[in-house]
Amino acid sequence: MRVELDSGADVIEHIDFSLAPGEILGLVGESGSGKTTLATALLAHARRGARINGGRVSVAGTDLLALDGEALRRARGGLIGYVAQDPALALNPAIRIGKLLLETLQAHEPGLDRAAREQRLAQTLADVGLPGEREFLRRFPHQLSGGQQQRVMLALAFVLRPKLIVLDEPTTALDVGTRAHILATVRRLCKEQGVAAVYVSHDLGVIKDLVDRVMVMYAGRIVEVASRERLFSRPGHPYTLGLLAAIPEVGRQRVLRAIAGHAPAPGQRPAGCAFAPRCPRRSAACSAIEPALQGLDGVQQVACLHPQLIAVPEEEIAPVQVVHQARTPLLELRGLNLSYDRQVLFDLSLDVHRGECLAVVGESGSGKTSLARTLAGLGDGGVGALSFDGQPLSLMARKRDAATRHRIQYIFQNPYRALNPRQSIGQCLQAPLEHFFGLKGAACRARIDAALARVALPAETAAKYPHHLSGGERQRVAIARALVCEPEVLICDEVTSALDVSVQAAILALLRELQAEGMTLVFVTHDLGVVRTIADRIVVVKDGRIIEQGGTAEVLDRPGTEYVKGLVAQAKFQR
Amino acid sequence: MPEPIRTSRLPAWLPWFIGRLGYGLLTAWVISLVVFIATQALPSDPARVILGPEAPLESILTLRQQLGLDRPILVQYFSWLAQVLRGDLGISLDSAQPVAGLLFIRFGNTLALLLGVLMVVLPLALTIGVGLALRRDSRLDRWGLATLIVLKATPGYLIAIGLVLLFSMPHFDLLPAVSLIDPDRPLWRQLDYLALPVFALSLSALPYLARLVRASMIEALDSDYVGAARLRGVPQWRLVWCHTLPNALVPAIQGVALTLRTLIGGALLAEVVFSYPGIGTLLNSAIQMRDLPLIQGAVLVITLGVVLVNLLADLLTVLLTPKLRTARRASLIQRNRRGIQSWWRRPAAKAP
Amino acid sequence: MTLAVVLLALFGPWLAPHAPTDMLGGVYGAPTAGAPLGHDFLGHDVLSRLLAGGLSILWMSVAAASLALIVGSALGMLAGLSRQRLDQAITWLADVWLAFPDLILVLLIVSMLGRQPWLIVLTVAIAFTPGVIRLARGSAVSVASQEFVEAAQMMGFSRTRILLREILPNVLTPLLVHFGNMLTWGIGMLSGLSFLGYGVAPPAADWGLMINENQAGLLIQPWAVLAPALLIAVFAYGTNLLAEGIARYSAGARS
Repeated sequence: MRVELDSGADVIEHIDFSLAPGEILGLVGESGSGKTTLATALLAHARRGARINGGRVSVAGTDLLALDGEALRRARGGLIGYVAQDPALALNPAIRIGKLLLETLQAHEPGLDRAAREQRLAQTLADVGLPGEREFLRRFPHQLSGGQQQRVMLALAFVLRPKLIVLDEPTTALDVGTRAHILATVRRLCKEQGVAAVYVSHDLGVIKDLVDRVMVMYAGRIVEVASRERLFSRPGHPYTLGLLAAIPEVGRQRVLRAIAGHAPAPGQRPAGCAFAPRCPRRSAACSAIEPALQGLDGVQQVACLHPQLIAVPEEEIAPVQVVHQARTPLLELRGLNLSYDRQVLFDLSLDVHRGECLAVVGESGSGKTSLARTLAGLGDGGVGALSFDGQPLSLMARKRDAATRHRIQYIFQNPYRALNPRQSIGQCLQAPLEHFFGLKGAACRARIDAALARVALPAETAAKYPHHLSGGERQRVAIARALVCEPEVLICDEVTSALDVSVQAAILALLRELQAEGMTLVFVTHDLGVVRTIADRIVVVKDGRIIEQGGTAEVLDRPGTEYVKGLVAQAKFQR
Repeated sequence: MPEPIRTSRLPAWLPWFIGRLGYGLLTAWVISLVVFIATQALPSDPARVILGPEAPLESILTLRQQLGLDRPILVQYFSWLAQVLRGDLGISLDSAQPVAGLLFIRFGNTLALLLGVLMVVLPLALTIGVGLALRRDSRLDRWGLATLIVLKATPGYLIAIGLVLLFSMPHFDLLPAVSLIDPDRPLWRQLDYLALPVFALSLSALPYLARLVRASMIEALDSDYVGAARLRGVPQWRLVWCHTLPNALVPAIQGVALTLRTLIGGALLAEVVFSYPGIGTLLNSAIQMRDLPLIQGAVLVITLGVVLVNLLADLLTVLLTPKLRTARRASLIQRNRRGIQSWWRRPAAKAP
Repeated sequence: MTLAVVLLALFGPWLAPHAPTDMLGGVYGAPTAGAPLGHDFLGHDVLSRLLAGGLSILWMSVAAASLALIVGSALGMLAGLSRQRLDQAITWLADVWLAFPDLILVLLIVSMLGRQPWLIVLTVAIAFTPGVIRLARGSAVSVASQEFVEAAQMMGFSRTRILLREILPNVLTPLLVHFGNMLTWGIGMLSGLSFLGYGVAPPAADWGLMINENQAGLLIQPWAVLAPALLIAVFAYGTNLLAEGIARYSAGARS
């Protein structure tokens, strides 16, 4: 079987690869790299405004791009299956799943009689690990859990016995535990049924135990194709190396290397090698010649003028932070109970010491964000005692006095919603300065410049609006907005989960620098790798209660409860 | 979270519906209050209106006493409310006939008119909306939209006048321009009188609904689930009729309920233009005569009708949306219903 | 073209060759050189009445729409931000109000209280307000749930400041679009009122009233009806284009 695509336009270009039956190919790239465009182009589909204008995709001898009308419809699904990113959005809310499966089967194999259909459905449901009862098939998508929904998507693809399956980040919307099970199911099905698969992901960690080969995309081009073992041990392209160096690990603490700058948008890609502006190995030739994909040996192809096989630096161990055990904690929380519709936090107590980075860890729905919001004064309906620097502090920001309010700042998870789209960055930073310190004019301007410089943004950023900035830059602005308030505690709520890995590394590095300058951090996250990288102490929250706490190394290496053991094991499976 | 499959016989939306019914009743009560205040409590004296400005004071006072207008305002309200609840809307001051009977005939006529409009507009709006959505950004779509905008901007009664003008011209009197319905013959024998008013009202209601259907069709067509179904090789006709339309229909139902408000206002004008004997012409003459019980009755019946239609539209929305139909908590439905109602005005998400 | 109609409505009274109430020709007199559009049911000059009759509908529709916009968006944004009892109360009131077909509400009040222009403007504005409240509340809720509003609350900014600086700029576009739509409806409703005979009192000139007055002579002297109808249509179409334009511009700016 051979898949070949050579699409024009600017989104993706010069793509050329093939797959054997039963082989699983990982397609990795950061946001904007064109990986989803490529995934749907394999099914001869382009989103509105884009167009496939050249190339060939052949699956089992059929050229998909040459088909149209009825033939193309039969090839989609019958020859190539597709599993979309978010099952909650990709399943029609008004159709029962049984009907959905039946419809798919009938659309492609109308000749099957009733018994054969039922038999095929039962078989497929068993394959993907779903119950086959009639009662279950009568459910609507919203009556299933996220994992079950994604299994239904898998069943919809596998029920037609296709030759190739394209999976577009099928586990991104799922919890870590569910994710591992889905990945195992995908691998088993592909190997058993001899189905080739293209697995699209933004996260190298996720695909480590799934795929046979990895293809790395950057700015719409393939920069490296290699077998899984080779890619993770000796990447040939500087971008791949950068990606690997930016992934935080659960097993050990090491310095994360960020890739400077950010990926160019379609239409703004530089001449020559698209990665050249961010590349440490760049030479004069790099900005003139666009490197083609060349084979290094049997298992590796690299698109770089200066390919070097370098192992990811492993020996770097970050200096262990000294935990400052001050006499009294900076923030002290006692007996917090919080409820909205139902109770989310139960009798929770917590100390934060000056100068430390405390990680609050938990799965989605554990109450970790509610805890962070309460510390920041955003938790309505909380009851408990909070004291800051020895002084009692209200749980409501509105009732705190301005002198203490500016000392605790909060950074939100989603940088796309944390900045007012109608205010320039300058206005956004100026407002708290006027509000807290009554600064105006030049003094104000100087503080803004200083804060922007501190988060490594140019001073011109002040005149821009949020939609001019990338996600990482927006998060830097959000940090700058917190910094102008001259806080002592920064509460960071999953601040990197909406960002690419290479950008995440840069933000984490920035936060670490701030901590080294004396800032106290409370870092909320579900990612144990990030915790290992940045935190001094961990608090694990489950179902609104703290079930384990202690030093980072202590908790992650020798977890005391089964729950935390499970979390660490799943996180290691991913890495 | 997977919800346990419901085992009880009672549908899950029943608690919500009971709450919604209570809400509707409360609304109805407030409406009765507003109608009463607007008519009886405001400074205007029905007695003087009936008897004329030259009438001697004693006869006015006598009439006031007969009508019960001299009692305290609260007593007046409660006795009026009690009457209304018994189905007695009073006696028309002008024609001395029971209001309920007068309203009943006229209301039937207006209902026939509105039903006719719905029967014309709904299929037309669906066809046009779906058709334009499927040929989005084509020349047909652009011209179709432009025409709809012109229609939307023209006040409904101008369309009606235009039609009267057209059909009252010599050599063009295919349809009666004025609805001289014979009250002794059943309405369905005189359908030709209905044709022009229905047509005029349909033209003014069509643009809003057709655009609504088009917009919600486009939203559903762009959704992930339709995209996924297309990539699964589901045939085009199934995509449109089974995957897209059921989801696009829900906002359209709420749209119909909202249009009805405007449509009733429009019906009033259209009835006057065509001299159609509906509740609109009745209300119009009642206001000119200051026929108080008739005004009260007509406004009350119309508004209660709107409340009822809104209730039905909400019920239909919940029944057609599996997620709402199976929801356990009433508050969830309430929240989501709000979301559905205003979805076409919601600013687009500013997510990445 | 709409601009021309607006200018005509604004300055028409000064341009008119005759006073709108002068009897100049025969009843339903045909157009002549002195009166290009002929005469109406009492023998007034149609052109003069046309020129004089636009001002009332212009200022009344703009005033009613503006009043509804200001009151409605203030209430709606307040409801959207507070999200508690106040929110429920305002939303419920708007819902009840929405059950009254707006033309009937206006008719009811005007017929009971009289037909002074300010009263008509006020009642039309009242009829429009619940729609604005719902729109403003809906937009404000989706904006208020975004984190930048929470950030502002955490900084301890005052509620007024949050409403004006953080929320208002983000809900302005749909409100402006709605304003354009309200103008269109307002014109329809006001001219409809005059047409029914509840608007501007005769013998003053008004486009809607002119249609009503001359309807009987439609076949003899069509201009007396056609001309004001045409102007109303063009005017309504123009305000509608304004609304569509704002909507399209903002959609373009967003993508």
